[in-house]
Amino acid sequence: MEGRSTLEGDPIELRRRIGYVIQEVGLFPHFTVEQNISLVPRLERWPEQRIHARVAELLQLVGLREAEFLHRYPHQLSGGQRQRVGVARALAADPPILLMDEPFGALDPLTRAEVQAEFQDLQRRLQKTIVIVTHHVAEALLLGNHIGVIDAGALVGLYRPKDFMQATEPVTAAYIANVRMLEKMEGPG
Amino acid sequence: MNLLEYFARHHREILQATLEHVELVGIAMLLAVAVGVPLGVLVARRPWLSKPILGGANIAETIPSLALFGFLLPVPWLGDRAERIAVAALALYALLPIIRNTAAGITGVDRAVREAARGMGMTDRQILLQVELPLSFSTMLAGIRVATVLTVGIATIAAAVGAGGLGEFIFRGLAMVNNQLILAGAIPAAVLALIADFLLGVCERRWQPARS
Repeated sequence: MEGRSTLEGDPIELRRRIGYVIQEVGLFPHFTVEQNISLVPRLERWPEQRIHARVAELLQLVGLREAEFLHRYPHQLSGGQRQRVGVARALAADPPILLMDEPFGALDPLTRAEVQAEFQDLQRRLQKTIVIVTHHVAEALLLGNHIGVIDAGALVGLYRPKDFMQATEPVTAAYIANVRMLEKMEGPG
Repeated sequence: MNLLEYFARHHREILQATLEHVELVGIAMLLAVAVGVPLGVLVARRPWLSKPILGGANIAETIPSLALFGFLLPVPWLGDRAERIAVAALALYALLPIIRNTAAGITGVDRAVREAARGMGMTDRQILLQVELPLSFSTMLAGIRVATVLTVGIATIAAAVGAGGLGEFIFRGLAMVNNQLILAGAIPAAVLALIADFLLGVCERRWQPARS
């Protein structure tokens, strides 16, 4: 990362340089939206004024009104709003990489499509490297510029989305066969 | 002479004994919290330590209180003064609920929250102080509440080794077969327990973490 191996250097520092969006969001229930988002900046001891400005900027970026949401607690938010706060928290210290672990896993299919579209828009504006972990081939094809297939902890294939469906590597082929089977079940068209 | 008259006539002594009682319980609880909370954290962090630590606290709990006061008599420094014996024994009794609830509170923190904290680059110490302890605070307080009520009751027995407190009246009353004397110790002790229970209950609800 940034020209250095992830094995050297302090893991704490490394983690703070990677924005992390976890599956079940994992907002701190005893922190307000403001405190949740400003977590990493506070750990990094930013001056208070800079933190306020950053939180306001991030809330606007993820489309939440500052006056309304700043002092709410996570249990006072809807699932989608929580997910947005989670993204804002991950972006707080402006990390060069964003790691998202099944970010859309807990959403119903319709909300999911909506949030995915929103995400693509966000991705265009951010211009960051984003790593998304997903089990959905369709999601990977839709959102990815590169698709890596990981099996038992090892990277077994790396593809462009357009080449993915022609891959011959066995694990990847198994995923593809599964997608084709689903397509067949849904019938022609 | 009815009970009210007795209370009115001896209110100074009763107040004095009540204050002694509060002091015994207060010091014992501070000690128990100071020892019990770190042990609870340890139990939550190193599950293999949970058997020996909780087992030890459990055994302490099963020793009859009068016997425990007796056992501590020959211990150097502790045995020199009755108040020290009383405080040590009471703290020992208070330990189990505090350790158990602290550990339960920390273990009960949502896995996703803990993972997020680690992923954000918080150190172990920051995770403990800013996330785990605040989130388990009300569970911890519930343990302290149980321990306090328990200790207020057991502290009456401390009078048997001469540590003072409301037990003085009870033991004197028993010796003289005088119910009024017994009640002069028992009623304030019960009231103390109720007050402690109420106040700590208020704190517990006040610190209840919002459920997500």
